[in-house]
Amino acid sequence: MAYSGISQKQVRHMLDTIGVARIDDLFADIPAELRLGKLLNLPEPMDDLSLQNHLRSLANRNHGTDKLISFLGAGSYDHFIPPVVDALASRSEFVTAYTPYQAEASQGVLQAFYEFQTMICEITGMDVTNASMYEAGSATAEAVLMARDITGRSKVLIGQNVHPEYVQIVRTYLASQPMTIEIIPTPTGTIEPSVLASLIDDQTAAVVIQQPDFFGCLNPVDKIADAIHAAKGLLISVVDPISLGLIAGPGQLGVDIVVGEGQPLGLYQNFGGPYLGFMAAKSAYLRRLPGRLIGMTTDHEGRRAFCLTLQTREQHIRRERATSNICSNEGLMAIRAAIYLAAMGKNGFFQVANLCFQKAHYAASQIVGIEGFELAFKAPFFKEFVVRSKKFPVDKVIHEARQAGLLAGVPLECWYPELGDCLLVAVTEKRTRDEIDALVDVFRKIGG
Amino acid sequence: MPVPQDRKYLKTHEWFKPEGDLVVVGITDHAAQELTDITFVQMPKVGTKISAGQSFGEVESVKATSEIYSGIDGEVVEINEELSSNPGLINSDAFNAGWIIKVRPSDTSQLEKLLSPGDYENFI
Amino acid sequence: MEKIDHDIKLLFEQSVEGQSGVNLPQCDVPEASVSEAIPSALLAATPVRLPEMCEREVTRHFTRLSERMMSVDANFYPLGSCTMKYNPKINEWAADLPGFTAGHPYQDVQDIQGSMELMYRLRQLLEEIAGLSEVSLHPAAGAHGELTAMMVVRAYFRDRGENRDEVLIPDTAHGTNPASCALCGERVTIVKSTPEGLVDLDDLAAKITDNTAAMMITNPNTLGLFDKSIKKIADILHQRGAQLYLDGANMNAIMGQVRPGDCGVDVMHYNLHKTFSTPHGCGGPGAGPIAVAEHLAPFLPAPQVDFVDGKYVWDFNRPKSIGKVRTFYGQFGVMVRAYTYIRALGHSGIKNVSDKAVLAANYLGKKLEPFYTLPYPLPCMHEFVISAEKQKDDHGIRALDIAKQLIDYGIHPPTIYFPLIVSECMMIEPTETETLETLDRFAAIMQRIAEQARTNPELAHQAPVTTPVSRVDEVKAAREPNLRWRYKE
Repeated sequence: MAYSGISQKQVRHMLDTIGVARIDDLFADIPAELRLGKLLNLPEPMDDLSLQNHLRSLANRNHGTDKLISFLGAGSYDHFIPPVVDALASRSEFVTAYTPYQAEASQGVLQAFYEFQTMICEITGMDVTNASMYEAGSATAEAVLMARDITGRSKVLIGQNVHPEYVQIVRTYLASQPMTIEIIPTPTGTIEPSVLASLIDDQTAAVVIQQPDFFGCLNPVDKIADAIHAAKGLLISVVDPISLGLIAGPGQLGVDIVVGEGQPLGLYQNFGGPYLGFMAAKSAYLRRLPGRLIGMTTDHEGRRAFCLTLQTREQHIRRERATSNICSNEGLMAIRAAIYLAAMGKNGFFQVANLCFQKAHYAASQIVGIEGFELAFKAPFFKEFVVRSKKFPVDKVIHEARQAGLLAGVPLECWYPELGDCLLVAVTEKRTRDEIDALVDVFRKIGG
Repeated sequence: MPVPQDRKYLKTHEWFKPEGDLVVVGITDHAAQELTDITFVQMPKVGTKISAGQSFGEVESVKATSEIYSGIDGEVVEINEELSSNPGLINSDAFNAGWIIKVRPSDTSQLEKLLSPGDYENFI
Repeated sequence: MEKIDHDIKLLFEQSVEGQSGVNLPQCDVPEASVSEAIPSALLAATPVRLPEMCEREVTRHFTRLSERMMSVDANFYPLGSCTMKYNPKINEWAADLPGFTAGHPYQDVQDIQGSMELMYRLRQLLEEIAGLSEVSLHPAAGAHGELTAMMVVRAYFRDRGENRDEVLIPDTAHGTNPASCALCGERVTIVKSTPEGLVDLDDLAAKITDNTAAMMITNPNTLGLFDKSIKKIADILHQRGAQLYLDGANMNAIMGQVRPGDCGVDVMHYNLHKTFSTPHGCGGPGAGPIAVAEHLAPFLPAPQVDFVDGKYVWDFNRPKSIGKVRTFYGQFGVMVRAYTYIRALGHSGIKNVSDKAVLAANYLGKKLEPFYTLPYPLPCMHEFVISAEKQKDDHGIRALDIAKQLIDYGIHPPTIYFPLIVSECMMIEPTETETLETLDRFAAIMQRIAEQARTNPELAHQAPVTTPVSRVDEVKAAREPNLRWRYKE
């Protein structure tokens, strides 16, 4: 077996050193009646070549965004990934290292995480952030629990326009907690501050919003912040980091805890994972943050050095009183995001956001000009928008587009029955005018 | 080094020193050395009611946390603000400058039930 | 040699105005006015500050950072409980296939059958290795698997009209166990270990109540010992209607030897990043699938990947499901690697892994026994603990000092100061992938360190000296948290 470091000949020598006759003797503590006594019912071992053929054939059965032109979003986007991200993040010094508990042997990644933390703070406009969460959904749930601990309150309000899966995850996490969840209705696509104000009371720990929201729309975050702050609750906002090149950062708008999905920052869509959750907050909540934090300090000679810090918040020290149970995080994904942001830089980051905005608005303007189609919501949007098909089943659009090699969008019916005639369309900087026009042609062919 | 004789103690390593009609509370030098360098002290807000046997705060080092328990009932009237910026004061001067809170006790007789300096020394 | 040019400047200190590491396209559509489309209050007031660097400098920066690392590829990494085995390169090759990386989670299943087949097959492989009836691939990490499992147990009891909220945990447990319980609203009761390091059955009997939902055990435990009473423990729990949870962190010792399901385990989690060779990536991503017995299966997260009428589908129709714990379906890229690994090894290879992992640990334990205290006698399973108590008492050398000295020898230190019940603990897990020569070299170095503790203790106190920085001031880091760079305003 190619992965085992010990040859059959060496086994004898090792057994003699240990002083037992057979490897099996080392398993004597497992009661005989529990021992398997035979091989597991698994397939035969495979040679490397057969294994490659097998996996290649599985991969080839997929028709993903490598073969099709994708307008799918809803939390997973086909953004440009600079090749430098793959080249550097695949360095095995990063890939095959463990959590940097031994600071002196891990200065490289500690510095990279510190830089990641800095850049997440810069793009969100927040004070502090951790070195990653699993993904946006569970990070949202953790933010809600954090708000509960900070405020000592038991109610949370969540926008109907927050990603339905994130809402489901919050529900799952809170199922065993004495907390209530209320949904803020968003019939116009965005949260109406006056409607929100009527739902807030003195037990409201937090309001959870998404900006841009699940439908791609921009919400009046500043006014939402005023409403919840007036009741001394917290505002939690889920953000798309790419949008922050153009639209106001949550720090600027009064958000208390920011979570987000870092997938757009140089991560492949990968059928949903691994992704990169992030969480950032005002400095007052530093000691309530879950997850790992990297700090800059000095070594004993006074040289700049980095280490994990404020670990007393974490499970390995505080156990059942920890701020979270999170241990393994998304370290390598955070490295990818750090490389991505460094490569993009100030100008590239703005340009990507602007290209997304321009192309999405071009696509929307072309589609709404076609008989039978309109935008479902009037609110301003960033890179994603909802198209309502007034005459034709949404499935027809999806089907026709697929015939033309296009993934037209995500149908909304499974989460929002009232939006059964709607399609969520995302347009990233990768989509060329020709590709957008091809999508528009599909709509035109149907609409006539 | 003998522990100060002018106060009472708990087995959880807190000290309680009467000062006028207040009681000053801190942790012992022994506890501070066990914890190594203290990095953070979580203190209650002024006005908080605390009670005997209950934790009212926490001291942290890099790799450990330890709750601070009260031996008396009462109300917190002052906290040692200095500790926010200089938690190491507890390491360097646990019995004086490293005090943590001042309490207005609701029942001064509770002090009598706590460990005497001698008993505490025997304990450690 | 004098260390010069010590610091690698931060990205922000290297920034040169106007530079960029990418070459993005011109806008090829008619441009709309941003300020007309978006209210000014919602627009960024100033451009986000990010470093401005050409690609060449970005490359040099992260390459140089990578040189300041210890890793499994370059170093022996006997980090107990973390199973730092070699990460086969074919796994990475497979996970990087565009057919896999380009899948969107909301694609029509017809377009993504290959990925779904892989998930379905992985499910089946993990079900067989566990000896349990159904696996959920949703959880993102080991601790996330623990949490999911506790939620499943809780939902199971609620469905039966019970509201049990107490979990028993041995004093040797990983910190994630109690933290996961707390997150799930469970109260934790600690069960003591016997002097032999196993679950104290008397203490268990004394602490179990009708309110006990489950006991979480790690077997083999964090001392590297297989608890031979596991069936008895299961019986004690089952008699009171409680569930037995297995923390699968140490599956590398027993896969192919014994199946948790056959020991009475009701629910367990795997760490694909430990047992199944997916790399740790400086802390993640991992993946923490859970396996459950039949009575718990209805409560698993939805959707489940299934195979119906010759087609792979998502089964959302699970009315008793706890719901979702993570967006989409789990850490797919990690699943590809684990699947590749299990298929490469096959039935015999899986058993060979635990055979060799246990052999290597016992061999190493035997070699270290003359120089360090072994608080629990051999044989061990895939890992063992030694105590540096003798070195501390006699020479003032602590486990931490030994750890730092190992770094100077190019070896990543073992896990130190865990489990908490052993003083000056070092937990050593060599894994099956290291060579005899590496094991012998490690033993020789540990012997030399023990001798130097006697003859030249200063060496250990000063270590490490070969690293870019010497011992890091963690007290300062915690007292004056500096968690981000601040631009000069």
